Amino acid sequence: MPYIPNTPEEQRQMLESLGLSNLADLFVDIPENLKLKRHLDLPEPLAEHQLLRHMSQLAEKNLHLDRCVSFLGAGAYDHIVPAVISHLISRGEFLTAYTPYQAEISQGVLQSIFEFQTLIANLTKMEAANASMYDGATALAEAALMACSVTNRRKVAAAANLDPQWLKILQVYLENQDIELITIGYSLDTGLIDIDSVEPNLGPDLACVLVSQPSFFGSLDDIHRIGGWIKSHKGLLVMAVDPISLGILKAPGEYGADIVVGDAGCLGNPISFGGPSVGFFAVADMKLVRKMPGRIVGQTTDRDGNIGYVLTLQAREQHIRREKATSNICTNQALNALAATIYLALLGPQGIREVAYQCLQKTAYLRRKLEAAGFRLRFKAPVFKEFVLQADWDWDEINERLLEHGYIGGFPLKRVDPNLADCVLIAVTEARTKAEMDQFVDLLRGWR
Amino acid sequence: MLLLDLSVPGRRGYALPKLDVEAIPVADLIPESFLRESDLELPELTEPEVVRYFTQLSRKNHGVDVGFYPLGSCTMKYNPRVNEDIAALPGFSRIHPRQPESTVQGALQLMYELDCFLAEAAGLAKTSLQPAAGAHGELTGLLIIKAYHKFKGEAEQRREIIIPDSAHGTNPASAQMAGFIAREIPSDPRGGVDVEALKAAVGPQTAGLMLTNPNTLGLFDENIEKIAEIIHDAGGLLYYDGANANAILGIVRPGDSGFDIVHFNLHKTFSTPHGGGGPGSGPIVVSKELVDFLPDPIVEHTDGKYHLARPKHSIGPVKAFYGNFAVMVKAYAYIRHLGAAGLKAVSENAVLNANYVMNQLKNDYHLPYDRLCMHEFVLSGKWQKEQGVSTLDIAKRLLDYGVHAPTIYFPLIVEEAIMVEPTETESKATLDAFVAAMKSIAEEAKTDPDKLKAAPTKTPVKRLDETKAARNPVLKYKRP
Repeated sequence: MPYIPNTPEEQRQMLESLGLSNLADLFVDIPENLKLKRHLDLPEPLAEHQLLRHMSQLAEKNLHLDRCVSFLGAGAYDHIVPAVISHLISRGEFLTAYTPYQAEISQGVLQSIFEFQTLIANLTKMEAANASMYDGATALAEAALMACSVTNRRKVAAAANLDPQWLKILQVYLENQDIELITIGYSLDTGLIDIDSVEPNLGPDLACVLVSQPSFFGSLDDIHRIGGWIKSHKGLLVMAVDPISLGILKAPGEYGADIVVGDAGCLGNPISFGGPSVGFFAVADMKLVRKMPGRIVGQTTDRDGNIGYVLTLQAREQHIRREKATSNICTNQALNALAATIYLALLGPQGIREVAYQCLQKTAYLRRKLEAAGFRLRFKAPVFKEFVLQADWDWDEINERLLEHGYIGGFPLKRVDPNLADCVLIAVTEARTKAEMDQFVDLLRGWR
Repeated sequence: MLLLDLSVPGRRGYALPKLDVEAIPVADLIPESFLRESDLELPELTEPEVVRYFTQLSRKNHGVDVGFYPLGSCTMKYNPRVNEDIAALPGFSRIHPRQPESTVQGALQLMYELDCFLAEAAGLAKTSLQPAAGAHGELTGLLIIKAYHKFKGEAEQRREIIIPDSAHGTNPASAQMAGFIAREIPSDPRGGVDVEALKAAVGPQTAGLMLTNPNTLGLFDENIEKIAEIIHDAGGLLYYDGANANAILGIVRPGDSGFDIVHFNLHKTFSTPHGGGGPGSGPIVVSKELVDFLPDPIVEHTDGKYHLARPKHSIGPVKAFYGNFAVMVKAYAYIRHLGAAGLKAVSENAVLNANYVMNQLKNDYHLPYDRLCMHEFVLSGKWQKEQGVSTLDIAKRLLDYGVHAPTIYFPLIVEEAIMVEPTETESKATLDAFVAAMKSIAEEAKTDPDKLKAAPTKTPVKRLDETKAARNPVLKYKRP
């Protein structure tokens, strides 16, 4: 057995040292009637060579993004991933370690998390960030819970133009703690939310307002106004942001956000059918840090005065505080956070600006082309890398046709809002080319 | 030196393809009020510098690939590399979660089959692969318990989740997050659930029980059938914390012993790498009665096609998309590679290794529960404490022997706890070396306690000041 070193002879020696004669004797504590009297019903084992062939066949049943051109976004994006990242995160010292409980032999992981915290804090212009969350969606839900804990309020307002899947997850997290979720509707003319639609007497009860910039529709909301409004009621401004966008768009810290979350899967991680991704979580001041969920790494010194890193402020966490912890999160997404850190280190400020700039320019190009071809853009508000296209079509059917030409179309919005049944959400990243977009528009134009 | 210390203005580590569309002034696309004004303080480095920086960092880190890692309850077993290659195949790593189902049949088939494998291992009906980690699985399972009671019209009264005092900290924290009240019950003298205390604790307020079996002492609870009966008779459900499932594969199934919901940690039991603290994956498997409450979506197989479906009374989604898919791919490959006999051998050897080590250390360290253990065991450093040496000192000294320390100060019910989980992928020679190290540390505690208090000395840094880190938190780089 390639992964189990014990030989039958060694097993015999070890059992003998225990005064036992066979392996079954080890399990005397298990009531006899509960023991499984047969093997698990699983397929016959495959040797590595056979396994590789089987897995390749399974993988081949999927149409992957190198074999098609995709304009799908809606929460997961086809961004370019530098080749070197997978090599670095494959180093066994990173890959096969766990949460750095023994700091003195875990400085690699600890320092890399400290770098992640630094780069996320700098990108978002916040005071501090944690070591990572499962993904953007759960980070948003945890932010809402934290806002309730900080403000001692039990109502949360969320922009209805947040990712609908994130909203559902938020609902699941909140309703089970009997926290009321109020959604702030969006205008069907602009796709933007209207805080004037919130009942005026609700304001003082709200722990926070949750907004994403850009919204699910790719459009940009007036965060200054929303932030001013919630702060006038002494609630917190919680922003969900696309980290790539921050190369160009205003940083949450510049808007006065109290908590910032987002999904950093787009920073150097493969898309992998939506997971693992990595969430980030950042706060505006040190007071909020103490209410933050998740692992936090801090800098300190060793006995000789050398700089080192440790897990810190652990009194917030489940293994110390149990039911009084700020969250139950334990294992997070360290390796994906490492990939994001390496990505940011490789691209640097110029590179991140360039990625954001190319997303913006290419999105704008496709919008111009579509408009020139007679298509209607549903919303007029400025957008970053996604937008809503409208046509009197069944978009599922159009997507089927696009597939035949090697294109994966956008996300049909009928799945999230019947008012947008004739709309599709199109994403354009830096990975798309002019030729791909031109052909995409030609195909669509041909079907009009 | 940190990345920003090394940064040199003008350097770049990656070049994008040139923009191939006509550029429009940014201000014409986005009003100025939306644009970033503040600086973007990220490092400026070339690729070779980045490679060397992170390679050097990695050399300051212990991993399973480097040496023994007997971290209790974490199952730090070998992570087969072929599974990394498989997960990186573009057919798995380069697919979008919202692609039409017809274009991801391979991925859905893999998820469906993994669902079946895990259900078989658990002795239960159907799996949700969505939870991202063990604690996330716990939260999801508890939400299902809540939904079940709500469906029966009893949610208002059933507010308590019973949790033994030996439980992982995530259990009470998850109960709190699910909106339950965590009620702790004591362990009995043999380390199992105190059945009398359990009887006294249950009632119409009981929503369920969370149990790890084998528990965090590494002991199989012999009274599990009785415990299940008490909980079920009270109208509650049994949740199985699968952190310790490496002890039971193909030997005993939680579903057969009365559990209604099980989570597995794919990153523990099913060999996927821990990644320095994730990504994990914490799928939950439930009984037939609870399938309708599973998170949205699950994978179904009808008419030869795989598709995503929303269970009838779903609690809703708990994570974006379908869970940590790449982790599922690795666990699936592991199960296909080992098969049923291989998985059983995993547990047999994990349990053999733990007992072998425990037996050899019980004269040097206090063993509070002296009986056969499962895949892990808990020693107490209380004899050494009397000599003025703490469990922390022992742990730090182990680092000098090139071994990652066991889990320490947990479970809370053992004074100065040292929780050792060797796993099945370690050789007898490695175990013997660990035993020898532990014995010489016990000796040093008597003869040279200062050596332990000064440990570690052979590590990249010496003992770090955690108090200072917490008192004056420095959580990001500050330019000198």
